[in-house]
Amino acid sequence: MPLPHVTPASDAAPVLMGRRSVIQRLMFSSEFGLALLIALTFVAFAAFLPGFTSTFSLFTIGRQIGIDTMIGLAMMTVIVTGGLDLSVGAIGVCSAMAFGWLLERAGMPLAMAVPIAILFGASLGFINGTTVVRSGVHSFIITLAGMSIFFGVMIFLTKAEAFRELPVQVQGFGKWRFAGVISSLLVVSAATCAALSVLYRFTSLGRRMLAAGANPRAAEISGVRTGRAIINCHMLTGGLAALGGLMVTARTGAAVPSMAGQLGQDWLLPAFLAPVVGGTLLSGGRVAVFGTLLGAALVNIITSGLLLMRVGEFWIQAFLGFMLLTAVLADRARHVFLRRRGMI
Amino acid sequence: MAQSSLTRSFNNEWIGPALVSIIAIAAISFFQPSFLTPFNIFVLLSAIAVNMLVALGQLVIIGIGQMNLALGSIGGLVAISFAAMMELWGFPPVLAVVCGLAIGVIAGMASGFVIARTGISAFIITLAGLQIFKGINLGITKAQPFYGVPQSVKDFGNTSMFGPIPWLVFPTIIISLAVWYLFARLRIGRHILAIGGNRNAAELSGINLTSTAIWAHGISGFLAAAAGMMLVARLQLGHPTIGEDWLISSFAAPVIGGAVLAGGQVSIPGTFFGVVIIAIITQALVVFAIDPFVVQIVLGGLILWAVGLNRLREVRVAKALENVK
Repeated sequence: MPLPHVTPASDAAPVLMGRRSVIQRLMFSSEFGLALLIALTFVAFAAFLPGFTSTFSLFTIGRQIGIDTMIGLAMMTVIVTGGLDLSVGAIGVCSAMAFGWLLERAGMPLAMAVPIAILFGASLGFINGTTVVRSGVHSFIITLAGMSIFFGVMIFLTKAEAFRELPVQVQGFGKWRFAGVISSLLVVSAATCAALSVLYRFTSLGRRMLAAGANPRAAEISGVRTGRAIINCHMLTGGLAALGGLMVTARTGAAVPSMAGQLGQDWLLPAFLAPVVGGTLLSGGRVAVFGTLLGAALVNIITSGLLLMRVGEFWIQAFLGFMLLTAVLADRARHVFLRRRGMI
Repeated sequence: MAQSSLTRSFNNEWIGPALVSIIAIAAISFFQPSFLTPFNIFVLLSAIAVNMLVALGQLVIIGIGQMNLALGSIGGLVAISFAAMMELWGFPPVLAVVCGLAIGVIAGMASGFVIARTGISAFIITLAGLQIFKGINLGITKAQPFYGVPQSVKDFGNTSMFGPIPWLVFPTIIISLAVWYLFARLRIGRHILAIGGNRNAAELSGINLTSTAIWAHGISGFLAAAAGMMLVARLQLGHPTIGEDWLISSFAAPVIGGAVLAGGQVSIPGTFFGVVIIAIITQALVVFAIDPFVVQIVLGGLILWAVGLNRLREVRVAKALENVK
């Protein structure tokens, strides 16, 4: 099932574009365009919508940006391999439910439950990754089956009941604000972005993941064990999805089985929207870590603005679909433009 | 010699699922004789009739080597439009069916057009489509069902043609035969499989990739629309959540039936038995009073099992082809 159909040549862009001036390079980076767009929409909404810049409004927008960024990062780390993971939502919910069980039933302290829940997510990712690598079947169908199995087992074990008696610190963390405006969840996501940037830029593990995604054969020949690198990517996806699940738990103060919809499907759109808007290539091999944060920011600022303008809540859903469509089309157009100018 | 082993491998793909279905029916009715009561058969056949069209809708797209995440949301959008046209505008059912099918075809062709013209992966475009069609659905219904479905439509979905055979089976048989004819005899069907089998070779031999992809998605939208409207008839209302749970089963049935996910090879009898197996499992869980959520686990396991089997068969066919050389 050939998924991505984006030009592999664009991978060489940073090298060739090095000859151009720094300003030109910056102007054609997807992050620059995004930041500009965010600034424009923010100023426009702030000027025309009273209440948009209230402390509480900014706090809730930031909180949602934090959650969407984490979900987007979870998908981004597996898009790197040229694959995808439909089960991010299912892994997120399963980990959140495991977290709730550990705290409420097993009476585990918070400091232990958090890392165990994240490890649990990573191990579900390990199952996905191993099956993908061993079978050689496309990750789409493996994670489709995984999503069904993980979610089914979780509902079976929890009997679809939520864990609501969590320690007060969980909800307290979700309500905590930095400087009165910035949500703790946004801080967690920004820190995760920084950690992932270091991983991809400076560590051999991150480089191996990128190499395995950009050109598996070349990577294999130059000594990268691509199978292992792909499994690592899936584990990272699982861990980040678990963190996303914990963040949603902190926001609502309870671990609810339906928090990502039927089979965790409701996470699919934010999971792809943020990285794609942010400039991650669907064919793999290139990441845009902070682009994902910017992508999530743009989506949430526009969504909140439209909600304040009393565009019906239900129409927002259709709008998000159009936004994904526009983002991929714009990315396509940008590639065509750059190629004509000989910049790729 | 090699020829016969090749033919055998191709025949295999639906004999396996057929045997599994027969054994499963025999085993379940041995432990629970009430499984084969006329009422249960009626329920089973109604479910099979709808799910067969859903599976065929995905099968057409699998054939061309893509995937359609928007299948369920197209079905849902058509379902509520169908009910709304009859309730709000007083359309006669036949006219509403025609309009519903047209909406499905147009929605499918729109995603096909974007995919074919831009070359962006079908996954991401149909994910956007899923959200757009679902959003329009919720925007129209405000998440409330339409109840004003005419009696004739309700009867169609809940009465039997003869014995325990529901009327719903009738359109499914005709449409399934048409899809079979399309793949076996018509040029568009051969083109779809040719592109799925080898895109470059298909293009070089003069097949128009763009128009074939648009047609394939249009057919897929048609099938989703038919399934959505049949569900309205069966449930007796136009519920906005129709189609939400089609994703897993739409892939499971063709894969169990031996479709190769890379495209180029589809089996309509295989898909039929895939649908039958899923319906039997779902029904068996009800008969034995097992937690209905177990069906999710079983479906996921079945997909993995079938993918493994298909993989083995591919290896075997590849070896057989090598022997021919």
